Amino acid sequence: MEYLQNILFAIALVLGIAFFTRNVRRLARNIKLGKEVDLSDNASTRWRNMAMIALGQSKMVVRPVAGIMHVIVYLGFIIINIEVLEIIIDGLLGTHRVFAFMGGFYDFLIASFEVLALLVIVAVIVFWLRRNIIRLQRFIKPEMKGWPEKDGNLILYIELVLMILFLTMNASDLQLQQLGAPHYNEAGAFPVSQFIAPLFEGLSIGTLVLIERSAWWLHILGILFFLNYLYYSKHLHILLAFPNTYYGSLNPKGQFANLESVTREVRLMMDPSADPYAAPAEDAPPPEKFGASDVMDLKWIQLLNAYSCTECGRCTSECPANQTGKKLSPRKIMMDTRDRLEEVGRNITANKGNFVEDGKQLLDDYISREELWACTSCNACVEACPISIDPLSIIMDMRQYLVMEQSAAPSDLNSMMGNIENNGAPWPFNQMDRLNWASES
Amino acid sequence: MSNEINVPTMASLFAEGKEPEVLFWVGCAGSFDDRAKKITKAFVRLLNKAGINFAVLGTEESCSGDPAKRVGNEFLFQMQAVTNIEILNGYGVKKIVTACPHCFNTIKNEYPELGGNYEVLHHTQFLKQLFEEGRLSLEGGSFKGKRITYHDPCYLGRANDVYEAPRELIRKLDAELVEMKNCKKRGLCCGAGGAQMFKEPEKGDKDVNIERTEQALETRPDIIAAACPFCNTMMTDGIKNKEKEASIAVMDITELLARAADL
Ligand code: SF4
Ligand code: SF4
Repeated sequence: MEYLQNILFAIALVLGIAFFTRNVRRLARNIKLGKEVDLSDNASTRWRNMAMIALGQSKMVVRPVAGIMHVIVYLGFIIINIEVLEIIIDGLLGTHRVFAFMGGFYDFLIASFEVLALLVIVAVIVFWLRRNIIRLQRFIKPEMKGWPEKDGNLILYIELVLMILFLTMNASDLQLQQLGAPHYNEAGAFPVSQFIAPLFEGLSIGTLVLIERSAWWLHILGILFFLNYLYYSKHLHILLAFPNTYYGSLNPKGQFANLESVTREVRLMMDPSADPYAAPAEDAPPPEKFGASDVMDLKWIQLLNAYSCTECGRCTSECPANQTGKKLSPRKIMMDTRDRLEEVGRNITANKGNFVEDGKQLLDDYISREELWACTSCNACVEACPISIDPLSIIMDMRQYLVMEQSAAPSDLNSMMGNIENNGAPWPFNQMDRLNWASES
Repeated sequence: MSNEINVPTMASLFAEGKEPEVLFWVGCAGSFDDRAKKITKAFVRLLNKAGINFAVLGTEESCSGDPAKRVGNEFLFQMQAVTNIEILNGYGVKKIVTACPHCFNTIKNEYPELGGNYEVLHHTQFLKQLFEEGRLSLEGGSFKGKRITYHDPCYLGRANDVYEAPRELIRKLDAELVEMKNCKKRGLCCGAGGAQMFKEPEKGDKDVNIERTEQALETRPDIIAAACPFCNTMMTDGIKNKEKEASIAVMDITELLARAADL
């Protein structure tokens, strides 16, 4: 019986980590459904971007209130996780506050965790108010209905509960230390929970141990739950923001990738020595599909983008189309891509590793043509995203599919393209008149 | 205002065995759109005044392919690009200046991979250099006391991080530069990009150019400065929609400079 707690703890830990590993595997498998693209260049710039944008949150503070609060919650999250390390060791070995030997430094650590925990509680409450009472525009757009809205709040509740458990645990511990309870050696400084401790005045050591142990257990189980909740939540960004900013585009935002398959065809057409009627070579690869109608047509980085999206809506609130009441919302583009990718992933899991055609695709079943054609390619969404997501690239790939595979552009655009093809200008003017302006008065 | 402008073509210079310092890429709007042609001419007047040895492609120029690419017609884009590159490389062009941010972006960023490597400048960058080198100067004065707000074209600003060159030129006018609530990195689109210029907008509450015009009007400007022929059209339409065309002018930065220089 003596080791029951340790054994239970070990089981919980192993289960939590195993489940998490399974989710990470699925995540990696799904992202790899995307097309290959080599982003292994410029490692030093990429590391720097990751350090600045993900770790340093440089783009969060563009909006100071949300930005600074976010930095607090984020720091709280990271730093308080050092405490989790101690909890795990204590749990496995049956020790109590195993790091206490660090003395003064330990006191400093615990004290700073407590202050951060309090700040996190304040920030989380403000975030909750912004979502539910102030109801900021960007949190109540149509794509946020249902799960995304619940998800956003649920995370705040979990964080709040975890912080309260942490402080309760410390408060009861402090009380026990003062009562000189066995096992509870004096360690740590408790600038915040010392104000909670008086609530426990007069309780017996037995009750206090029960409170302390419950808070301790709930705290660590909560963290394990949270870890496994990530995969189903926009909160995945706390992990994926790092690779996502690392692999973010290094090119000027106006530079759209040139399709290599098209370059090959164009070269062939322009080559005077090529025989236009020649049959394709035996070993020629089948003609590539142009653009994207489903998630497998996108590149893996775009799929990683989709999983990383925090649904913050900064992109959508800067989008000129969205601001003027059009259906397009760049955040919805990312959420749809993730939802469809998850659907495809579940299909693959259910069919033992193979995707079985389900008669659905990203285009039309998730993202409508009306949304795609409303985009001005202004890059406001790309600029606004705090973690280097590029919704515009998905819009453009889908337009390529519509135009090159389906010839399904709006008719005005078809005439524009016809004009370029015939006269070298988007309007029906003759190329031979191109210099007329110079002689007109 | 003098109407005499000197516009040498690449072909004629080439025939004389000469090479220009820079190629002026006029673009489709600059060649054909009545409003944009005025911008083209104002720019040429400034080039002439500064004594720049430049040339245009004239009838050998063709659409850069930007609208085709943003629509998703990669094939048409690359056909345009490759054709243009062949001509540019044939003349051994090294430096290009253009008054259209869309051509600027496409030629600068998307042509290199297809074999077109040039130093590409937007006209605001080029003019700024001319001032710095002392090849252009302004007495100024004609815009004294005027409030000018500047609309960042997406393909110059966010797409290529050019925010300062146009502003520096406006500051030379001795006018008051007033910023809109959304400017620079957070500038709001005029609504023309991504080939929206050539189609009807999708259903919504408002047109994008009206929203942007309202932001401009909040600064109580005398002049809305633009640096893109398409933005110019959109903002001009917006001002007309608000029935403010009598009191507020929409002008390209080139036109402001040309007027200040009495050209
Ligand atoms: S690029 Fe398109 S989706 Fe992104 S902000 Fe501009 S209009 Fe909206
Ligand atoms: S794409 Fe970026 S800005 Fe848009 S909701 Fe997702 S994380 Fe936020």
